[in-house]
Amino acid sequence: MREVDMAIIGGGPAGLTAGLYGARATLKTVVLEKQAPGGQILLTDLIENYPGFPGGINPEELSKRMKAQVEEFGGEVIIDEIDGIEKEGNLWRVTGWENEYLAKAVIVATGSEPKKLNVPGEREFTGRGVSYCATCDGPFFKGQPMAVVGGGDSAVSEAIYLTKYASKVYLIHRRDKLRAEGIWQKRAFENPKIEFIWDTVVKEIRGDKKVRELLLENVKTGKMSKLPVEAIFIFIGMNPNVDLVKDIVELAPSGRIKVNMKMETSAPGIFAAGDVIEIAYEQVSVAVGTGAIAAMTAVEYINKNFG
Amino acid sequence: MPVDVNDKNFEEKVLRSANTVIVDFWAEWCTPCKKIEPILEKLEKKYAGKLTVARMNVEENPRTPASYGVRSIPCLIIFHQGQPRDTLIGLQPPSSIEKALRRFL
Repeated sequence: MREVDMAIIGGGPAGLTAGLYGARATLKTVVLEKQAPGGQILLTDLIENYPGFPGGINPEELSKRMKAQVEEFGGEVIIDEIDGIEKEGNLWRVTGWENEYLAKAVIVATGSEPKKLNVPGEREFTGRGVSYCATCDGPFFKGQPMAVVGGGDSAVSEAIYLTKYASKVYLIHRRDKLRAEGIWQKRAFENPKIEFIWDTVVKEIRGDKKVRELLLENVKTGKMSKLPVEAIFIFIGMNPNVDLVKDIVELAPSGRIKVNMKMETSAPGIFAAGDVIEIAYEQVSVAVGTGAIAAMTAVEYINKNFG
Repeated sequence: MPVDVNDKNFEEKVLRSANTVIVDFWAEWCTPCKKIEPILEKLEKKYAGKLTVARMNVEENPRTPASYGVRSIPCLIIFHQGQPRDTLIGLQPPSSIEKALRRFL
């Protein structure tokens, strides 16, 4: 068991920023990450809208730098998977796969994970043509037709990325316009390899040993059609990872953690930041900002209650 | 330390190993694959002598991944007594990997 001042759960941009601020406040700070530092950003190939990096920055490089900055001030980034948080007096006991931590303050920065379509064939063909990571799996389908589902930043930017490998990319969206940033829309509309299939949803993913075709439905006309593809990449939004704290802190109607402007949750000593909180914009810059706020509030809380 | 395996030595290093072997199929282009590495290193230490962690670069070794139907990485396949016993696709938390391995250790 380890006694710490601040335990941060999740090592994405929000958690690592909180770790930096905790460490700089000279508090004993641990960032607990279940895989390796970086979080969701590691699924993309280049980050172009994080200020200070014209030309974009590689997400792996950004993660490494954020981690190094936590460590520069004495914070620790530990690989551990947390599966329980319990109150113990005025402290919180955080239980992990490897270790237990007793903390004065906890910052929940557990992020989110990709939503599933929940259609027949999706689970069966995951890893055999159904994917949630274009940079991981795009190269397996060189020269073949692929589909991307969604209309937000991830869907449109990953569709553009996949044109590096695909013979053609069909972008299937349930509405008749995109939600993605303007620059992504412009690039997608100008890309000759991308064909848009509007007002359409995927009803079924079919194949034999691997994906062969999609069954589509036009939501306006009700007309069904088949689309032959070798791969389908799904980017229809994210679900927050709240399982760990859903019985301890109040959630917002969206299912994310309810916080105030200081990133305080309904439980004293528990703060939250990043994609897991009730903020509509899943951006690195937003995650970083909320991580800083959560840590600064946690420092105030620790000074007041334990000082 | 994980051992790098290739199409040529796969049979010797993995299929004929006395240990349970977990093979991490990866590629340079796959950033999330790098997230699995520290977890596997921890597991290898924890089950030293019983577990071998092997890594195969799918770009340099087309044959083995194709024969096991690997079309998505990160992909972990657990081999026990020469047979593939379990496949884990996508990023996995440590507990899931350990749970899958435990049955063979």
